[in-house]
Amino acid sequence: MPWSREDLAARAAKELKDGFYVNLGIGIPTLVANYIPPGMHVVLQSENGMLGTGPFPFEGEEDPDLINAGKQTVTALPTTSYFSSADSFAMIRGGHINLAILGAMEVAENGDLANWMIPGKMVKGMGGAMDLVAGVKRVVVVMDHTSKEGDPKFKKACELPLTGTNVVDLLITDLAVFSRPTRRDLFKLIEVAPGVTRNEIRSKTPAKYLE
Amino acid sequence: MTSKKVYADAASALKGVVKDGMTLMCGGFGVCGIPENLIAALHDSGVRNLTVVSNNAGLDGVGLGLLLQARQIRKMISSYVGENKEFERQYLAGEVEIEFNPQGTMAERIRAGGAGIYGFFTKVGAGTQVAEGKETRTVDGETYVLEKGLVADVALVKAWKGDTEGNLIYRKTARNFNPNMATAAQVTVAEVEELVEPGVLDGDSIHTPGIFVQRIIQGANYTKMIEKRTVRKRMEGSRAVVA
Repeated sequence: MPWSREDLAARAAKELKDGFYVNLGIGIPTLVANYIPPGMHVVLQSENGMLGTGPFPFEGEEDPDLINAGKQTVTALPTTSYFSSADSFAMIRGGHINLAILGAMEVAENGDLANWMIPGKMVKGMGGAMDLVAGVKRVVVVMDHTSKEGDPKFKKACELPLTGTNVVDLLITDLAVFSRPTRRDLFKLIEVAPGVTRNEIRSKTPAKYLE
Repeated sequence: MTSKKVYADAASALKGVVKDGMTLMCGGFGVCGIPENLIAALHDSGVRNLTVVSNNAGLDGVGLGLLLQARQIRKMISSYVGENKEFERQYLAGEVEIEFNPQGTMAERIRAGGAGIYGFFTKVGAGTQVAEGKETRTVDGETYVLEKGLVADVALVKAWKGDTEGNLIYRKTARNFNPNMATAAQVTVAEVEELVEPGVLDGDSIHTPGIFVQRIIQGANYTKMIEKRTVRKRMEGSRAVVA
C-alpha cells in the first residue's frame, strides 16, 4: 500500500536533526512540522521573513501581520525573530539553512528538479523555490511517484523547465525512498512502501538508480 | 508636526511624484504589509502604464489587484502571481507583461540597487530559464548568473510606526520587502499605522533610517486582509501545526 500524505510527512521528519534550521515548502512539507520528535530543537524558517515559526493561532487570535510563506496565519514562539526579504534570502542563499523539504513535479536521475511551471499553463512563478534549492545545504523532495495520469515523475531527465540543476539529495515518494551520499552519486533505493514490490518501482521509474 | 516629510494624506503624498510609465516598487508579501492607503491613492490618481516591482500582484480587487482591474499596470516584476484571476486574464490576453524573478534574487536586486551595487553573480537560477539572456560565469566549477541591481522612480512602503524624520519600524512578517524597497527608489513614500513625534521611537530599534524616506503619512482605515486564515482548535496540543 502506498504511503499516505501523513506517512510521507512522518518519513521526511526523520531527516530532521537537533539544532537544525529548516525551511518547509507548501503542501505535504508543511505537515512535517507535526512530526518533529518531542525534545528535538528544530527552528522553522519562513522565507517571507521569520525564524521560529509557531503553530496556527487559536481561533480569534489570528494576526494579519503574522503569516508564513504559504500566506497562512501562524504564531510566534518566545525566540522568534523577524527580518527583511533580503536578510531572509541571505540565510537561504548563504547556506545557513540546514534542510529544505519541498514538493516537485519532476526529479531527474542527476538530481535536477522541476517544480515551478508547466508550459502552456498559466505560470504563477517560482517564488523562493530556486533560491532554496540553490542555497540550502540539503534538499529533500516529497512527491507522488507518478502523476494523476500515471506518468512517472522520477525520470532520466526533467521535461519541464528546471528549478535547479543537481540539487536533490533525498527523494521520498508514496512508493519508495531514494537517497545519494553526495551530489556526484546516483540515487539508491533505500526504502519501499509496505506491500509495494521492487519490480513495481522499477516499472514506474525511468530514472537510473541503484537497487 | 512641522517636518517637511509629513503629508496630510496619501493623495497629497503622491502629488508630483507619480507619472505615467514610471517604475514603482510596492512593499508587501501577498496582502501582508502592503501600503493600502497609497495603493488606493495611486488608483485614484489614474496614473497608467506602470512597471510595478512587487513580490505578488495582489488579489482580485485587493492591493495591486485594484490597479490591475483599472488597467494601470503594463508590467509586473514579481516572484509569484497566483491567486489573481484578473491578472491571469490580462496575462493570457497579452495585456500585461510579467518578468519572474526568484524571490531572493528579487530581494537582493532591490537591496543592491539601493546600495549602489550594479549587479551580483548568484548561482540561483543557473541552468534554468531564469539565466536565459544573462551573462554567466563559471568559477571553481560552479556557474553563476549576473543579476542587475533594481531601482525605481517611486517606492511605496508600509510600516507600523514612523516618526516625522521618516524613521520606520515594521511589525512581524509585514516587514518583508518594505525596508529593501525603501532604499531603492528616487522617492520613497511611507505610510504608517502610527506617526509619532521625534524622540518617541528608540533609535536602536529603527529598521529603516529616515534618510531613505522622503514622504510619510499616517495611514487610515486599514483592512489588513488575511489571505489564508488557518487556525487550530483549543483542544489540540500546541505542537499541532496543521490540522
